[in-house]
Amino acid sequence: MPLLPPRWRLILAVVLLVSVPIAAGIFWLFLTGVFDRVHGLLPVRPPSADNWRFIWEGVGGRPPVRIPLLNSIVFAGGVAALEVIVASMAAYAISRMSFPGRRLYLGLVLVLHAFPAVSLIIAIYYVLRLLGLFDTLTGVILVKASLDLPLGIWLMKGFFDYLSWDMEMAALVDGMSRWTLFWKVAMPLVRPGLLALGTFALLSAWGEFILPFTLIVSPRSWTMAMYLQTFFGEVFMDFGMFAAVGLFYALPVIGMFLVGQRYLLNIYGGGVKG
Amino acid sequence: MKGIRVRLEGLSKHFGKVVALRTLDLDIRAGEMVAFLGPSGCGKTTTLLMIAGIYQPTAGAIHFGDRRVDHLHPRDRDVGMVFQSYALYPHLTLFDNIAFPLRLKGQRPTEIGPKVRQTAELLSIAQILDRRPAQVSGGQQQRAALARALIKEPQVVLLDEPLSNLDAQIRLQARGEIRRLQQEIGVTSILVTHDQSEALAMADRVAVFSTGELQQFAPPDELYHRPINTFVAGFVGHPPMNLFPGRFDDGAFAIGSARFPLPPTVVRGEGTLGIRPEDISLGGDIGARVLIVEPLGREALVTAAVDGATMKLLVGEHARPMPGSQIRIGYRPERLHLFDAVGQRAS
Repeated sequence: MPLLPPRWRLILAVVLLVSVPIAAGIFWLFLTGVFDRVHGLLPVRPPSADNWRFIWEGVGGRPPVRIPLLNSIVFAGGVAALEVIVASMAAYAISRMSFPGRRLYLGLVLVLHAFPAVSLIIAIYYVLRLLGLFDTLTGVILVKASLDLPLGIWLMKGFFDYLSWDMEMAALVDGMSRWTLFWKVAMPLVRPGLLALGTFALLSAWGEFILPFTLIVSPRSWTMAMYLQTFFGEVFMDFGMFAAVGLFYALPVIGMFLVGQRYLLNIYGGGVKG
Repeated sequence: MKGIRVRLEGLSKHFGKVVALRTLDLDIRAGEMVAFLGPSGCGKTTTLLMIAGIYQPTAGAIHFGDRRVDHLHPRDRDVGMVFQSYALYPHLTLFDNIAFPLRLKGQRPTEIGPKVRQTAELLSIAQILDRRPAQVSGGQQQRAALARALIKEPQVVLLDEPLSNLDAQIRLQARGEIRRLQQEIGVTSILVTHDQSEALAMADRVAVFSTGELQQFAPPDELYHRPINTFVAGFVGHPPMNLFPGRFDDGAFAIGSARFPLPPTVVRGEGTLGIRPEDISLGGDIGARVLIVEPLGREALVTAAVDGATMKLLVGEHARPMPGSQIRIGYRPERLHLFDAVGQRAS
């Protein structure tokens, strides 16, 4: 078996070295979740299921875990669906049609993409109050989807830009309206982009903390990130259960990533054209 | 199915400040095959896309028979179109590609199936209908694109450089096939091409475009034998016609100090003299020096210098001169093409 050339061995060593803290963190999370008590990275008591009892019972006055779990699924799914549909429609229009203000719109989308969303949170709070959507999942879904849309639009525009004009003309001559053309020809052909954006939006919404944390109060609307947060900052902190909840929260993401990683890689294949 | 008459009246197209097509009038007969010929950027594709309904004309009207269609959506015009890139839907099989226009018309699968197979049979692609475009050859993709254009039995078929992505050998074969099919069906067809041999071989009449303007609209023979201006004269014909700027006076044409006798003519003053390489023969009273000899198989293309001007002539294989040698050449005066000072044909 051929060995790596020396230069690559060096790069590999550096990569391994900088990965150690992250790997150690994940290792700690795993150990602490599984064993009842851990000193540093050394388990001092045998494995126990006690850390995991939050799965079958409400712990410390919190709602049962299935409620935040379901909320997180609805939240991530809603954000992803909304983002994929709206972003692809907007991106198609920008990529294919000429309308007054197109360049301005493109510029605004780019500026919004760069804008730190957290600084808007007070304004968003008032808007949601006004719309009666404060403290609801619907409200947070709308906010999260809109804040992520600029990236989605920009990403999808790259995919639509690569579609051949000839094919769209052929579709029009074949008898399609612009609307059927969009759904039957353009959308199937940017499927890699839709999958990439969908996976990306799911992961991003699943990990979202600050928006639900500020815009949701009632425990019945908690997401998993908020649920996990409640294990923080108690007088007595149960590291074991905190780690178990963390693992529980991270497992779907790991699963999604394993399934979706090749779509995610497409994000860099979409390219950008002005 | 029967073709329909296509009339373009005062058609023009501007893209911002750029004039892609200046006022164009064209009358295409029912069932005729017409070629739009010209270099790239001459307005031929723009015109085709306006007929298809992809572009809106800036001014003018398009009539299919008695029906004015320039304000109609492409799907209401009843045209079929083949693109240079074929523009097949890559995510669908050839069957679904060809069936697409019929499905959009809302026909039932029981009607569509037989029609698709029949059209595919006609174009000899019936065996590969379950494959996707990427799994078949360029020639087969081209046939599938043609089948998709023909299946809805359109009144007009538009062909945008349909052969230029094919290998030279298949191109010749496809050329004949498209022409045969078109005559069989009798559908009015418009072929856009920059390849003059394609235009001359396939079309009943050829419209030559240059810089957004129609130059001449005539049958291939007329285009070749009576080009209407210096552009058509230089563009149509291979190898191209020799064109000499000079002066007409007193029954002769002067290039520098050399004088070429002409038949009696009304042209006077500045002008251009044209003569095709095949109309110049060896043996005559004009002396010339051979510069280059390019063998073309049956003939050879000779570039010769005559008193400062260079000209090209075709000679047979038995009389091939050597480069650097002196030859004598002649021409039949009735084979000359005379153009006036602004390049229009005189006489």
